[in-house]
Amino acid sequence: MSFAGTILRSRAVAALTSPHGVDRYPEQINPMWAANEVRARVLSVHRETGGEHPVATITLQPTSTWRGHRAGQYVQVGVDLPGSRRTTRCFTISSAASLPGETITITVRAQGEARPGQSVSRWLVERAQPGDIVHLSQAEGDFVLEESPATPTNNHLLFLTGGSGITPAMAILRTLLRDGYDGRAGRRVTFLHYARSAEDQIFADELAGIAAADNDVDVVLRHGSVFSEFELRRLVPAYAETDTWACGPGPMLDLVREAYADSTRLRTELFNVASVVPSGAAEGDVAFSRAGRQAANTGATLLEQAEALGLRPTSGCRMGICFSCTATKSSGTVRNVLTGEESSLPDEEVRVCVSAPVGDCVVDL
Amino acid sequence: MTTTQAAPTTGPTTGPVSSKVPLTPEQLKAFGEEMDAIRQRVLADLGEADAEYIRKVVKYQRGLEVAGRAMFYLPPAWPLAVAALSLSKILDNMEIGHNVMHGQYDWMGDPGLNSRMFDWDTVCPGEQWKYSHNYIHHTFTNILGKDRDIGYGILRMDEDQKWRPYYLGNPVYAFLLMVLFEWGVALHDLEVENIVSGKRKLEDNKPLYPGLMRKIRRQALKDYLLFPALTGPLFPLTFAGNAVANLVRNVWAFNIIFCGHFPAGVETFTEEECRDGEDGQETRGHWYYRQVLGSANISGGPLFHVMSGNLSHQIEHHLFPDLPARRYPEVAEEVKEICQRYGLPYNTGPLHKQVGSVFAKICRLALPGRRTPKATPAAGSDVAAAAA
Repeated sequence: MSFAGTILRSRAVAALTSPHGVDRYPEQINPMWAANEVRARVLSVHRETGGEHPVATITLQPTSTWRGHRAGQYVQVGVDLPGSRRTTRCFTISSAASLPGETITITVRAQGEARPGQSVSRWLVERAQPGDIVHLSQAEGDFVLEESPATPTNNHLLFLTGGSGITPAMAILRTLLRDGYDGRAGRRVTFLHYARSAEDQIFADELAGIAAADNDVDVVLRHGSVFSEFELRRLVPAYAETDTWACGPGPMLDLVREAYADSTRLRTELFNVASVVPSGAAEGDVAFSRAGRQAANTGATLLEQAEALGLRPTSGCRMGICFSCTATKSSGTVRNVLTGEESSLPDEEVRVCVSAPVGDCVVDL
Repeated sequence: MTTTQAAPTTGPTTGPVSSKVPLTPEQLKAFGEEMDAIRQRVLADLGEADAEYIRKVVKYQRGLEVAGRAMFYLPPAWPLAVAALSLSKILDNMEIGHNVMHGQYDWMGDPGLNSRMFDWDTVCPGEQWKYSHNYIHHTFTNILGKDRDIGYGILRMDEDQKWRPYYLGNPVYAFLLMVLFEWGVALHDLEVENIVSGKRKLEDNKPLYPGLMRKIRRQALKDYLLFPALTGPLFPLTFAGNAVANLVRNVWAFNIIFCGHFPAGVETFTEEECRDGEDGQETRGHWYYRQVLGSANISGGPLFHVMSGNLSHQIEHHLFPDLPARRYPEVAEEVKEICQRYGLPYNTGPLHKQVGSVFAKICRLALPGRRTPKATPAAGSDVAAAAA
């Protein structure tokens, strides 16, 4: 593929396939043929936990355009949800670091209501079948095992995770054990994880195996309890001087940050859950992130509110037909004033002339 | 406003909106609401069938394009190659390009079919076209002095455009625009006529040049240098074939598009007529009304509708520019029935009739002549009554 890839990515082929681009042609024959874009075929779906919000590990075979990833990174996964709505969400890669074109896994908790049409995570966990095609970005994120040249390579590593925040830490742990000599991490590793219950424990069997083996890794699983500085200090007295990766829900991370105070050894990654405000009277604040302006939501359309703040975003018809004013809504809920339809997807393109915010809303204008 | 019951024949509480609009404000509002209801219904129903359809059209287009380019290696297949490439360009520009860039498929979230990403296989940069077309033309459809698509700044296509000796060349300009259509579309955004008349400054065009030149360079490089060169000794044949394919697309697109707003019976409006609302702005009902009266359809079979990008349903397209075009035939019957109920003309006819009517107008308006009395709605001789 490397030679074919070089040809396909050449300027000559770009000129020949202008204006659509080379990727728009081979996909008509085989979705796994790509020159620049990354797609992946679902190889298998393995249920990790059950319940109302089950977790599954999805094994993906990316196209040859996949550049590989470092353990701890995430990838954007785009799925054609029922009704042909492609929706994209970020998921941590749970498998060990990959090389270009190698298989990866993502471990996903089904979020949102039990309606597969509404959420990417639910589709991946409950609907995805081997052979399905999903759309990927390249790996992103810097929540990775990164060591400064000044730090010795055998220093103690500490992972503090909660719920599905276990995935990036698991990817790093798997990489350490895979690449370490004789199946050992080669350094002291403390892996402290909080799950709601034993039934909610992701990777339970594998973690039990890692805990039992002689591999320098201490696995500590807590079911039903919350993070406490007291417990951490008992496990790792010098935690504030230990390189730490913490990933989990917001309240847990708040406690962790408090415990570490201003220590520079802590790296955190938050798992966001979009908050949906029920429709009703205008409330909350509207923020225009590029302009750095914010004001109380008046209930008017985003375009009118932007203009009221003195912004002059591109717009045209002001009636929703010309799409000149399309902008990215980073977060929050908007109501289409023509249809009354509400939508809360993050990073969604909206026509600001016919979209009114419902509650807090951030728009990239 | 009390009731919105559609009863166009019963005595209105107030008089008609204007001499041109036979409806009362209440009726106009009810008319608009019926159109809104159609729009809402189709929007709620968008899904897999629409996605499958547009992806199928794209597949055909890409297939025809590749086949056309490949057949230039077989000199005896030259006519076939030209035919395939012409069809590819027509599909690309009309059923795919025009409609995708209207945002008709933005709801799919597919970057390849997104109005902000897509660009078409013509020398006109999609980015610039979207402004003049989606915003200016679709918002101010057929408002004299606002809609630059009335004659495209070159032709006299309406009696209310003041005659000047320049317009004696109307048929010649139209012919040139037909064979050079993609170039006409590309240069449309430079508003040369407004620069000549002093309404626009030459500097205003500066930001447009880089994008325009880049697109022209890319299109010319591909069609007139690289693909011909790839066929080696057949360079001249391939070059000519690509030129013919572009010409075929130009002639076809010109004819379909000119039938959209220029056949006899299609109304134009003044800015004053479009201030019917209490706030001095145009009401939504009047906007819908203007779209119906300012557009004309072409009748034909399903394949004809696809090859015309469903612009043969210009009326439905102007009412619902952001609905996927494949839905226009399906809502056309209903639109026609509503127009009939409100006594509004629904201008349609076969291609030869509509083209004939347009060319007659191009020639007639070349001369100053006597002003032809404006057809009143529902009474124009060339207007096919909705009941037809």
